[in-house]
Amino acid sequence: MIKGTAHKFGDNVDTDQIIPAKYLVTTDAKELGKHCMELADENFPSKAKPGDVLVAGTNFGCGSSREHAPLSIKGLGLSLVIAESFARIFFRNCINIGMPILESPEAAKEIRAGDQLEIDLDKGRIKNLTQNKTYQAQPFPEFMQNIVNAGGLMPYVKKRLAAS
Amino acid sequence: MGQTAMQKILAAHAGKKEVKTGEFIMAKVDLAMANDVTAPISIKALERAGITRLWNKDRIAIVLSHFVPAKDALSAAQAAVAREFCQKYDISLFFDEGRGGIEHSLLPELGLVVPGDVVIGADSHSCTYGGLGLFSTGVGSTDLAAVMATGECWLKVPETMKFTYHGKPGPWVTGKDLVLYTIGQIGVDGALYRNMEFTGDSLKHLSMEARLTITNMVIEAGGKSGFIEADEVTEAYLKGRAQRPCTIYKSDPDAAYCVKHEWDISGMEPQVAKPNLPDKVVGVSEVLGAKVHSAFLGSCTNGRIEDLRVAAQIIKGRKVAKGLRFMVIPATQNIYRQALKEGLIDIFMDAEAVVSAATCGPCLGGHMGVLGPDEVCISSSNRNFPGRMGHRDSQVYLANPAVVTASAVAGRLAHPEEILGKNVIPAAA
Repeated sequence: MIKGTAHKFGDNVDTDQIIPAKYLVTTDAKELGKHCMELADENFPSKAKPGDVLVAGTNFGCGSSREHAPLSIKGLGLSLVIAESFARIFFRNCINIGMPILESPEAAKEIRAGDQLEIDLDKGRIKNLTQNKTYQAQPFPEFMQNIVNAGGLMPYVKKRLAAS
Repeated sequence: MGQTAMQKILAAHAGKKEVKTGEFIMAKVDLAMANDVTAPISIKALERAGITRLWNKDRIAIVLSHFVPAKDALSAAQAAVAREFCQKYDISLFFDEGRGGIEHSLLPELGLVVPGDVVIGADSHSCTYGGLGLFSTGVGSTDLAAVMATGECWLKVPETMKFTYHGKPGPWVTGKDLVLYTIGQIGVDGALYRNMEFTGDSLKHLSMEARLTITNMVIEAGGKSGFIEADEVTEAYLKGRAQRPCTIYKSDPDAAYCVKHEWDISGMEPQVAKPNLPDKVVGVSEVLGAKVHSAFLGSCTNGRIEDLRVAAQIIKGRKVAKGLRFMVIPATQNIYRQALKEGLIDIFMDAEAVVSAATCGPCLGGHMGVLGPDEVCISSSNRNFPGRMGHRDSQVYLANPAVVTASAVAGRLAHPEEILGKNVIPAAA
């Protein structure tokens, strides 16, 4: 069960805003986390607390394919991203590295900054404790759920290589 | 029901007779690519998983492009990670600085991607190659690591949107204008998860370079891949260049498309995307005179030889406007050399432009011309999200190379006709 405070962002937040290109000189998640969402909100890295939830509008994570973007979110210690919709490379990257995400247009629209959330990831259930509302996120297709269950893409690949 | 060319390519690479949209497949990959920014995470993922055998050392391209020549000690160390990996595994397609350029210009130029291929690249603009009649998409580093280990990539078969363009483009209208117009019409997530197929008689008037500019910006509409059927223009481009046999795929007349758009572009003027989104597209006449501090000609979108030729035609015998700076970056080492031979570099230097070695550089606010607070750039590149080229309060207009160069001369956003007059047409590509 995830519990945390919501931080709200708008539509079309691209990966440059999640982690500006000038920081793509390291692969260290903690280091990247120090600059997470810096172009969208300068103070975000100091405001966000471990376990907090990032809530965004449509097309979150569009633009560059940099895996540094979900890595920076993970490195800052955020527990989950909820969005109305995700850009496809960002979506794949999250599944592959085990960064939890949920797609729920209703929840993403109605959650306000500062709301207290409680999320059951296995069931895809989002509870807004502040507003006393519950939402059901889209389940992942079975194929992707298998990757998630394996612990990410590389463990999944290792299993496949061992089996062949 | 017929199949789109994309379905046929994916079916052939998944060992199936046909594939349905929405179906998950494991596709065999013909070429995998990563750059200096994305490869280090792939290498780390392989190491962490304890994988020490690669699928095929001759089908993995590692191209140093983003922070080369190194912008600082950290980027130098990062390039070294990629360099050592390529040495260790004897990667044959390793392009160090001085030996390559920007991957999306380089791989087509060297004939390393050919019609009928499935190409997976750890860079979002990997969709570029689809202009050659193949499937290509951008992924993150862990996906690429999996391809390096297995030669396969999991894919969800995308729906296809069909875009048909009619009419002969005007003299200053290029592939860039067609794709900007398209993104303006459908929005930055208008093609989310989808394949974009481009067709119509207008494309017959476009060079291979101009077509690659169209598929390059598929990602700016959220698209997974772009596709232009190979024809005689493609064949002429590939002659003496293609490194592997080509397979030509065509969509069936009764193939299913989720959306169809059809536009007459004969009266179209050059298009410009205003700050801060690639879909804020207007005709150039709406933004003429806008203040700009800097102009950039380069990137995987528009840093090719024909882009440099048209720029040189406009700026020849003229100067970059006072108070403005003009950055010219040929996308590959070969393009740079060709521009030297043709005297284009002299023309740029006479005009007091800055010319640099091949790099992605300023396009992503990396180095070589990063924008300061409140500065405005007109750029031939592909993205203008907030802070893309530098400071969070800087702004970017996206346009074709002729509009970028005309603006560099005028000192404000300008149409090429303002510099050359109405009766001059662009130099033949």
